Amino acid sequence: MTLLEATLRAVAALAAFLVLPLLVGQAEHKVMAHMQGRLGPMYAGGFHGWAQLVADGVKFVQKEDITPRAADRWVFRLAPAVALVPYLVALALVPVHPGVAAVDVPGSLVLVLAATSVGALGTLMAGWSSANKYSLIGGLRAAAQLVSYELPIVLALASVALAGGSLSLAVLTERWSPLWLLWQLPGAVVFLVAAVAELQRPPFDMPVADAELVMGAWTEYTGLRFAFFLLSEYAGIVVMSLLFATLWLGGWHGPLPDALGWLWTLLKGFVVALLVIWVRVAWPRLREDQLQRLAWLWLVPLALGQLLLTGVGVVLGW
Amino acid sequence: MVTADDRGRTGGLPGVLKGLATTARTALRPTHTAEYPDVAPSLPPRSRGVIALLEENCTSCMLCARECPDWCIFIDSHKETIPAPTPGGRERQRNVLDRFAIDFSLCMYCGICVEVCPFDALHWSPQFEYAETDIRDLLHEKERLGAWMPTVPPPPALDERSAEPAEVAAANRPARGTGLVGGGAARPPRTVRPKVVREQPSTPPQDDP
Repeated sequence: MTLLEATLRAVAALAAFLVLPLLVGQAEHKVMAHMQGRLGPMYAGGFHGWAQLVADGVKFVQKEDITPRAADRWVFRLAPAVALVPYLVALALVPVHPGVAAVDVPGSLVLVLAATSVGALGTLMAGWSSANKYSLIGGLRAAAQLVSYELPIVLALASVALAGGSLSLAVLTERWSPLWLLWQLPGAVVFLVAAVAELQRPPFDMPVADAELVMGAWTEYTGLRFAFFLLSEYAGIVVMSLLFATLWLGGWHGPLPDALGWLWTLLKGFVVALLVIWVRVAWPRLREDQLQRLAWLWLVPLALGQLLLTGVGVVLGW
Repeated sequence: MVTADDRGRTGGLPGVLKGLATTARTALRPTHTAEYPDVAPSLPPRSRGVIALLEENCTSCMLCARECPDWCIFIDSHKETIPAPTPGGRERQRNVLDRFAIDFSLCMYCGICVEVCPFDALHWSPQFEYAETDIRDLLHEKERLGAWMPTVPPPPALDERSAEPAEVAAANRPARGTGLVGGGAARPPRTVRPKVVREQPSTPPQDDP
């Protein structure tokens, strides 16, 4: 890989990282508004408020960057980067087209898992270092949530890896067949639920429950650092949606010619992102104990059952 | 915990799916947002936006200023003498309006001035976009009040089979003193009051047993 190629790949991944979360965010603005009988942003940019998030970004840049005096200075300032960068790494690993991913490594599934787990660490760091009781409780809730929901995600992904016989996302997508839609359905449901919880999105947004904890771990953040946390949330939606689209919905497999594979991947990912948004609008927040109950009494057994089913299927040669 | 009773109330659909269905249905319906500055709101008839002044009708009688509960109407006038139309005739005087102002920072939009004006000089206009950055700028003189006059809508149509408006009834009435014999007597009374008839008790008061 020459230096030029590496630069190009990095720039492409960065561009996707900066554009796709904004697309999802804008979609959330508009879809949520219409689901609530409103119009959403209509002014910024002229046409149906398409530039609303750009305008928000400009506003965030202008805000003062405040670090509380009692805060753990370096941890506090580093936390947004820790939350943001892993999702960039994860996004670079997702294959969008046969043979096309910003970074193609053999064990990309493991690397994606590791990266997304690190991303959640940023919330923990922010909560612990803010010197604020709401941040601390938010951080603790986030920690509890991560411990509970990492496991179902790992088990669900392990089932797919077993079914495809590989740890590479590209190979797994290549070996996907429509039969997986049925065969891997329980794992898909488990992954989707656990991914929404991992992203701390409603109905699993107890760490930032604004009625109880102001803004949870993000309470003390202002300006660009706060914007980075928001961006990391939407980047997380993009990563999880694309992951779901490639592993369970077949990625670039589609009826049209193969040259349009990347379009299929993005389209499927966007549909999954819409589902995440829809769930946010429709459902109320769970209570903290209900969260743990759902994870340990439903998702983990379901994921284990899926793993068993996949094992049987692989041995029998389905 | 979902009980059988809950399931019955949600029509057999789990609440989780019902929430999704409701939001999806709402998303497919037209929105309720009023895009106010871009789209003018449709106001109900007789909206009280601002009070417009038809200066020609005002006789400076001061009724509105005196009836105003918070004294937000200011009227200045002077008398002018009109020379006699015929030589030897009597000179007449008339009021000339110098200033008519309404302080909309005080006005409470009760509409008493509009009701009380005997010459229909004050009217409600639905125009409401006259906010100012300084509260003192809300004192509007008669030029500004007159400029709102074209925005006054025509009075709403009468209800079906309602009584004739007083103005129409007065216009249709035969003129006074037609010269015909008994013409004055044919004119209906100006005010019709039910004749009070004191009824005599039909039965004599009964004796106490």
